Amino acid sequence: MGQIVAGLLAPHPPHLVYAENPEQNEPTAECGWEELRWSYERLRESLADIDYDTLVIHSPHWRTQIGTHFLAVDHFKSLSVDPIFPHLFRYNYDLKVDVDLAKKMEAAAKDAGLSTKLMTNPDFRVDYGTIVAGHMIRPEWDKPIVTMSSNGAARYYSMDVMQEQMTTLGKATARAIEESDKKVVLVASHSLSHRHYVIEPNPPEDMSKEHIDHHGQYLWDMKMIELMKAGKTQELFDLIPDFTEATVAETEAGGLSWMLQAMGMKDIKAKVHGYGTVIGTGNAVVEWRV
Amino acid sequence: MSENKTEILKKTFDEEMEDRPEVLKSYVVPGLPHLLLCPEKKPEWQKLNDAFKKAAAEIEELNPDVILVYSSYWFSVLGHQFQTKENIKWNLVDEEWHELGSIPYEISTDVEFAKENIKAAEKRGLHARPVDYEGFPVDTGSVVALKLLNPKNKFKSSIVSSNVYSDRAETVVLAKSSLDTLKKQNKKAVVILVSSLSNRYLDEPIDYKKPERIHSKKDEEWNLKFLEFLSQGRLEDAAQLSRQFHREARVTKKVVSFKPYWWLSTMMGETNELKGNILEYQAVHGTGAALISFTPNKGKGGGLEFDEDGTEVYKGNRNVL
Repeated sequence: MGQIVAGLLAPHPPHLVYAENPEQNEPTAECGWEELRWSYERLRESLADIDYDTLVIHSPHWRTQIGTHFLAVDHFKSLSVDPIFPHLFRYNYDLKVDVDLAKKMEAAAKDAGLSTKLMTNPDFRVDYGTIVAGHMIRPEWDKPIVTMSSNGAARYYSMDVMQEQMTTLGKATARAIEESDKKVVLVASHSLSHRHYVIEPNPPEDMSKEHIDHHGQYLWDMKMIELMKAGKTQELFDLIPDFTEATVAETEAGGLSWMLQAMGMKDIKAKVHGYGTVIGTGNAVVEWRV
Repeated sequence: MSENKTEILKKTFDEEMEDRPEVLKSYVVPGLPHLLLCPEKKPEWQKLNDAFKKAAAEIEELNPDVILVYSSYWFSVLGHQFQTKENIKWNLVDEEWHELGSIPYEISTDVEFAKENIKAAEKRGLHARPVDYEGFPVDTGSVVALKLLNPKNKFKSSIVSSNVYSDRAETVVLAKSSLDTLKKQNKKAVVILVSSLSNRYLDEPIDYKKPERIHSKKDEEWNLKFLEFLSQGRLEDAAQLSRQFHREARVTKKVVSFKPYWWLSTMMGETNELKGNILEYQAVHGTGAALISFTPNKGKGGGLEFDEDGTEVYKGNRNVL
């Protein structure tokens, strides 16, 4: 019987990969965003003692309006260029997909009444929300992934509709994992508050210019992190719509809601590996051990 | 008041129009891949594809120096981005409609124009950046529009992004910077706006047996109201209504406004002195897909007073948060 062994909140600003200077990324940096990069170092150390088979990623940068889609091609190799920050992120990726698990998840979501689709076009480019989070969590890329798209329900209808859909999707995900023989780490790939600067410093890694976009965002981020640390999962879940409204947060895409539901809404105290800002947005690297 | 500003204010509407660079014609087009990859699968898609063919023939006849494209499908955050890669080649798969197939494409950019446009935008207070990267993800809307309107890649293009935070002032000034560039380089342009009208999809897979329909009656009514203005060439009137249209018939979160019509109207002179022609209007998976052309048509009373005047310079964020 399969199981979820951990859940991660894993922000995906391309700046973090840029500042790491891996060989896969074409641009190079002097330094930058160390709080967050060191947070990811601590996360990787923490995950080193967990035995798992697959990373299951919910990404806000694969946005679909008609239901939830799942990658279902076993191997992708191409170049990912960030559409907003192409000068920072041009990453040659080579990754494997756990197609068997993806199909099980898609079937479970469909059975639960959600609109779903398998993505079987081999020319498809994997989104950078998947790649950045995947690289920062497991730069070796030796574990297969499953990526599911984020549905635009919050924009089309309301945050409440999104919460309901993610509740259904989360429960379906948990069922599919249970029925597989896989040990899985869930990843909600997104930041917290998400108001960007509209002008970038030169060089982009000039840390004297990096700070939260405004104090209101920071207060909201800290509130959410407090709830994560305290293991107040229901309160955290219930606050997501207000938090999103107040901070233009990427929780709008549903990743955190989906993951909390998939983990059974248990009151687990999360381990916050660190918090930092990237071009004004708030980002936390957080781990829940299930 | 500076001398320059005084000069601008002294000009009458007619003098301003006389002084404009040559925009031969403009088009509003939908950017969904159905219309390129498999128009034969639904009669509504085929009608739109046929309309694209008509527009492509018109453009061929007009023989522009450059095709300017503003795509509501290409979002930017750091100001506006301009394609500056001379030959853009890739094989695109749409993130929503991947099952319809891949789109290999090749686009030739007017690099000289785009680089000058960046300078002109900066001069008017905007933040603007070049995009010249192998593998940059050109948006589906731009690719579909250019593949259908410029099928042999005969004409060079210049594609600009749509900033998610920008509102009217920034968008109007962006268009004016492109007009500055056309004038400076003495180029004749055809202008393309890639955008749907109502943009709400049906929340279900494609049913090839069912006829297409607009998502809701309300979306349909607003589309028809907007099209009534556009068919009469009242582009500036439609632009002034675009906030209302955005609230009524668009998915309103994240993108702050229905800005494409501000851009297009400014490109065409912030006027109603136009001939509007609806080449086709159909539903595509719930959205309003119209192909419309506008041609300058002097003498229809373009110098009317509008609620909002054009902006010349963008002064940036006011840090009100």
